Amino acid sequence: MRQQLVLRVVVVLTLVLGVNYIAWRWLDSVNWSAWWIAVPLVIAETYSLIDVALFGMTMWKARRRDDPPAPAPGLTVDVFVTTYNEPVELVMRTAEAARDISYPHRTWVLDDGSRPDLAAAARAAGVGYIERSEDWTDRPRHAKAGNLNNALFQTDGEFLLILDADQIPEPEILDRVLGHFDDPAVALVQTPQFFTNVTSADPLGSQAPLFYGPIQQGKDGWNAAFFCGSNAVLRRDALMQLGLVGYVRETERSVREALHASRRLLDRAQRDAPDAVQAAVLHEVQEAAARALGSLDAGEPLSDVTYGFQREVDAISAQVVARDVASIQEDLAAIAALPIARDDEIGAVVVDEPALARLADREWSPLGAIESVQALVRAVDVDRGSEAQAVMPVATLSVTEDMATAMRLHSLGWKTVYHHESLAHGLAPEDLGTMMTQRLRWAQGTMQVMLKENPLGVRGLTVGQRLMYFATMWSYLSGFAALVYLAAPIIFLCFGVLPVTAWTVDFFARFIPFFLASQLLFVVAARGVKTWRGQQYALALFPVWIKAVWTAVANVWFGRPLGFAVTPKVRPDGTPSQWRLVWPQLLAMVLLVVAAVIGIVRASLGLSLWVGTTVNLLWVGYDLVVLSVVVQALRYRGFTGPEASPPSSARRRGIA
Amino acid sequence: MELTTDRSEGTAVLRVQGRLTMAAAGELKAAVDREVADGRTLVVVDLSGTAFLDSSGLGALVGGLRSARAAGGDLRIAGVGQQVRTVLELTTMDRVLRPYATVEEAVGAGR
Repeated sequence: MRQQLVLRVVVVLTLVLGVNYIAWRWLDSVNWSAWWIAVPLVIAETYSLIDVALFGMTMWKARRRDDPPAPAPGLTVDVFVTTYNEPVELVMRTAEAARDISYPHRTWVLDDGSRPDLAAAARAAGVGYIERSEDWTDRPRHAKAGNLNNALFQTDGEFLLILDADQIPEPEILDRVLGHFDDPAVALVQTPQFFTNVTSADPLGSQAPLFYGPIQQGKDGWNAAFFCGSNAVLRRDALMQLGLVGYVRETERSVREALHASRRLLDRAQRDAPDAVQAAVLHEVQEAAARALGSLDAGEPLSDVTYGFQREVDAISAQVVARDVASIQEDLAAIAALPIARDDEIGAVVVDEPALARLADREWSPLGAIESVQALVRAVDVDRGSEAQAVMPVATLSVTEDMATAMRLHSLGWKTVYHHESLAHGLAPEDLGTMMTQRLRWAQGTMQVMLKENPLGVRGLTVGQRLMYFATMWSYLSGFAALVYLAAPIIFLCFGVLPVTAWTVDFFARFIPFFLASQLLFVVAARGVKTWRGQQYALALFPVWIKAVWTAVANVWFGRPLGFAVTPKVRPDGTPSQWRLVWPQLLAMVLLVVAAVIGIVRASLGLSLWVGTTVNLLWVGYDLVVLSVVVQALRYRGFTGPEASPPSSARRRGIA
Repeated sequence: MELTTDRSEGTAVLRVQGRLTMAAAGELKAAVDREVADGRTLVVVDLSGTAFLDSSGLGALVGGLRSARAAGGDLRIAGVGQQVRTVLELTTMDRVLRPYATVEEAVGAGR
């Protein structure tokens, strides 16, 4: 409690000093004559202040939970081990550990690779094996989210423990966390991810002690603990509700889109219609579509609207047939009246009701000849025929299914829990290329969610929850700020261009207190966990963050595939291709060193003042120390030491 | 739909390739009228390449029959497939537009 008070004081202090500094920067110290660097710098600094504010807000209500009660006996649990292409031995090591979890449960290997040898191994070990059903053939597979959704419909446990193929669970994992579900509003319990193949120096920054600790506890305080895809238990009911709500929403969206698009398509079809009769028919269909859209806007149930629309189209079709038949009968009568006698039975032709109905039905309808109408009729329906399953409980809108799933759970009013105890241990990537690809995907997934379902606008979230999701998304924009922070000192040292009006007492008196306060906030919030590596990578991976943002924008707004910017294939033994992965960082380091030398020479020659030069040299030094992590990562040859074990604080509660 | 025409003295054979539907009916009717007006009053519509017929297509055929008869000729259909035959039988129109097996048979059936 006292610790929390101290933290809040530091948060307030940091924000007051931060606003004091940034306000002065904007109002009084932007060097407008060099606006091209001065404005980006002050924007980057403002970005950072907002980032610190969001971090402060996250920490404000940090929640360290007490142990939950022991779970009631008799709950039904399915344990899912998800795999795509991991080695069979690795998957089976996890599957066997999952099988040996002490609380009664059933274990399933969810094999997206449909490998017969894994199926055999699973059978031999006495665990279930699930592969994709036939419904998924030729339909979007939705990666891991699809794999989970497929399994959800082949199992029936009340709770699901989800484990990545390499996340070996402790036998007591279910006993420790199921008690949280005594609260019927809890949909998810997330436990930390801890990696055993990582040295204490952690050159690739694999452990995320700040995230699986203070940050998750902070988010938990706002009822916004994140789902991280593995080492989490979910309530099936909640997921199913999500799937049903999502189904309705998704269907309504696609029906709406089809009706909207039909307006333009039918306009064009009317212009191109071969005759006035057809144009008139198209016009009628268009009006029916407009009425359907109106009913949707008026909040009428989707099923009624789509059914009504289909009926209207059927009626139009019947009219066309009736008109055709009438003209046929008129022709026949005219033929019968001709003076030339024939041996056929023209007088006897009667087209009866069933025949009329048959001519008008969906299969034979004259409207079927008009492609735009046919496509519209297919789209304005509720069967979601383009997907393998109409109901998709695990969100499929992003390459990272977890964040979107949790956000939607929150928007429906469910609670999530962060359980701070390491109960499953996994393997982290052991080379720079794999690590960077993984980070890129996380960042891309987060940006996709931000662009497609911005948490600030999602209905049903509390203000705190909105900001907790937004904070994570905001942090991935740091690549652009990093670029400015690297460029500004280089530009000053080489060319003497000042982004601020002067390096004066005014500047130091405002900047230094803010800087120190935010560092202090970090230290207090971290409560002793190692955060330096994370801080380094937050800046040093700036090219990854930038790439993630622009690929996500290109994907969401311009429909380009995310993978068009994949990390080049890397040989994990550290050969030159690894260097190519981090060329922007290496180039930045070279430029920083060159700029430092030039800056010293310029100051010695009296071309610039020593104050400014010293400030910028310190700045360069900081940048270099941060960026140096990529050199360490490049020299890393994979893990050889003894397996790491989680810090005692995380292994058992007691950190409080 | 794609329409090709073979003409000989007094006879025109119209080959309908594709679907004879609302979208194509007007074109077929116009083609029949043109042939009849040019004096080829025996019009044979070859439906062996026609996979689908709807009520509008049927209307075009009967409309063509009317033009041909009014000019003292006839319109005959040949080579109908399963779906077309079903539509004709359902509407009892096969009694008016008797399907001939081949174009030659239709032409040879006399006037």
